[in-house]
Amino acid sequence: MRRCKLCWLNLGLLMLVLASFISLDLQWGKFLSGQALGSMGRFVKELLTPNTELAFLRKILWASLETLAMSALGTALAAAVGLALALPAAKSHPNDPARWRGATRLLLNVLRSIPELVWAALLLISAGLGPLAGTLALALHTSGVLGRLFAETFENQPQGPAEALRLRGVRPALVFCYADLPQALPQLVSYTLYRWENNIRAAAVLGVVGAGGLGQMLAFHMGLFQMMETSSVLIAMMLLVALVDGLSYLTRISLQR
Amino acid sequence: MHVNTAPRRDPAWTGRVFALLATLVVVWPMLVLTEFKPWTLFSPESLPPTLHFLGDFFPPKLEPDFLRLVLFETWRTVAMATAGMTLALFLAIPMALLASRTLSISALTGRMALAPAVFRQGVRWLLMLLRSVPELIWALIFVRVVGLGPTSGVLAIALTYAGMLGKVYAEILESGDALPTQALLRNGAGRLQAFFYGQLPQSSSELTSYTVYRWECAIRSSAVLGFVGAGGLGQQMDASMKMFNGSEVATMLLMFMGLVWLADQVSRLLREALA
Repeated sequence: MRRCKLCWLNLGLLMLVLASFISLDLQWGKFLSGQALGSMGRFVKELLTPNTELAFLRKILWASLETLAMSALGTALAAAVGLALALPAAKSHPNDPARWRGATRLLLNVLRSIPELVWAALLLISAGLGPLAGTLALALHTSGVLGRLFAETFENQPQGPAEALRLRGVRPALVFCYADLPQALPQLVSYTLYRWENNIRAAAVLGVVGAGGLGQMLAFHMGLFQMMETSSVLIAMMLLVALVDGLSYLTRISLQR
Repeated sequence: MHVNTAPRRDPAWTGRVFALLATLVVVWPMLVLTEFKPWTLFSPESLPPTLHFLGDFFPPKLEPDFLRLVLFETWRTVAMATAGMTLALFLAIPMALLASRTLSISALTGRMALAPAVFRQGVRWLLMLLRSVPELIWALIFVRVVGLGPTSGVLAIALTYAGMLGKVYAEILESGDALPTQALLRNGAGRLQAFFYGQLPQSSSELTSYTVYRWECAIRSSAVLGFVGAGGLGQQMDASMKMFNGSEVATMLLMFMGLVWLADQVSRLLREALA
C-alpha cells in the first residue's frame, strides 16, 4: 500500500515536470544558437575586464555603504515594528484575552508573504526612485517575519517571573519591561541579527527595480550595456555577500566554542 | 543603620542612556546615506497618486479574461520553478557526488591524496560561485542574452539552486554514518555502488525533504524573477504597476499570496508523507 502511494507521488511529480517543460516553450534553440553563444562569450569576456578606475571604485564603495545602511536601517525599523506587532499577536499568559491576536497575525502574514522586491516596486510609486523605497520595503517584509518570530518567543518563554510580578499587582507595561522583555531579549537579538544577514543579501539585489544601492547601479550600467562597469558592480556585490557570509560563519564558530 | 539601601533609581539607567546616545551616533550617518526622509511619502507630489493607486485596489479586477491570464501566468510561475529545479538537480547531484569527501578511496587509508582533495575543493568553489550570484542577477544577465521570457528565469533558478542544492547535498551525505560506505569501498565496490547502497538509504528522507523545501523557495523566487523580464506572475505585475493599475495589482497580489500559501501547504504535506 505504502509502496503504491510512493509510485503515485513519483508519477505525479513526473507529470508536473513534463507539463512544466512542455507548457513553457523554452527557447533552447535560441539559447544554444551561434549568435546567443557568441554574445554570451563576448559578455563573459567583457565581464572579466572590470572597470578599476579609482573614481568609479569610490562610487561602488559608496553604493556598497548605501546597501549596508539600507539593510541595517530596514532591519532596525523592522525590529521596532515587529516588536510592536508581536505584543498584540502573542498570548503571553493563560489569562491574556489576546483580542487582537487573529487580526495582527493576519497582518503579519500579509507583510511576510509579499517579498521585499514586490514591496519595493509598490513603494516606488510613493517614495520614488532611491534608497528610501528599498529601506522601507526591507522594513515591511522583515517586520512581518520578525513580528511572527517575536510573538512565538513571547509565547514560549517560562512564565515564572512575569506571573510573580502580575500576582503582586504590577502594571502590565512594567511586567513586560522587567520580566518578559529581559527574558526574551537574547532570542530577539539573535533573530534580528539573522534577518540582518539575510537583508544585506536582499538589499544588494533590491536596487534592480530602482530602489537604491548596488542593485540600482547594476541595473543602470547593464541597461546602458556598459559591461566593464557592470562587471565591477557584480564583483563588488559578490564580495559583499561573501564578506557577510564569512563574518557570520566566524561569529557562529566563535559563539559555539 | 540604614535599612533601605536600595538605590531609588534603576542602577542600569546611566548605561542605557549612554547606549541610546551611542546608537544615535551610529544611526545618523545611515539616515543620511539612505536618504531617509519619510515625510516625502506625504508630500503633495506623491500622496495623491499613492492614494489613487491604493483606492484602485478595491475592488480587485475579476473579469474572466483577466482572471484567465492571471491563472495562466501563475501556472507559468510554478512551471518555471519546477523546470528550474529539475535542471538544478541534474547539475547538483553529480557535483554533490564529486564533492563528497566520504566517497574518496584514497581517504580510506587516512589522509586524502593531494589531487582528489584539490579537485573536491575546486568543485566546492564552483558550487559557491554558482550560489553567490543571486538568481535575480543571473536572470538579469540571461535576459540580455536570450531575451525576455521564461527561458532566462528557468536558467537563473537552475544555476543558483544547483549551487545551493549541491552544497547541502554534499553536506548531508558527509554527515551520515560513513562506516557502511567505507566498508563497501574497502571491499571493492565502485563509488556509485557505495553511494547507492551505503549513503543514499540513510540520508534519502533528509535529501528529499530539503529538495521539497527548496522547490517551495523556487516558486517564491520565480514569481519575483518576472520583475526583470523573466516571465511569469512578476512580469505581469510589473507591467500593471507601471500603468498604475491598482485593481490588477490587487488581484495578482492576492493570487501570489494564495500561491505561496498553497506551496507552503503542499510542501508541508509532502515532507510529512515522505518522512
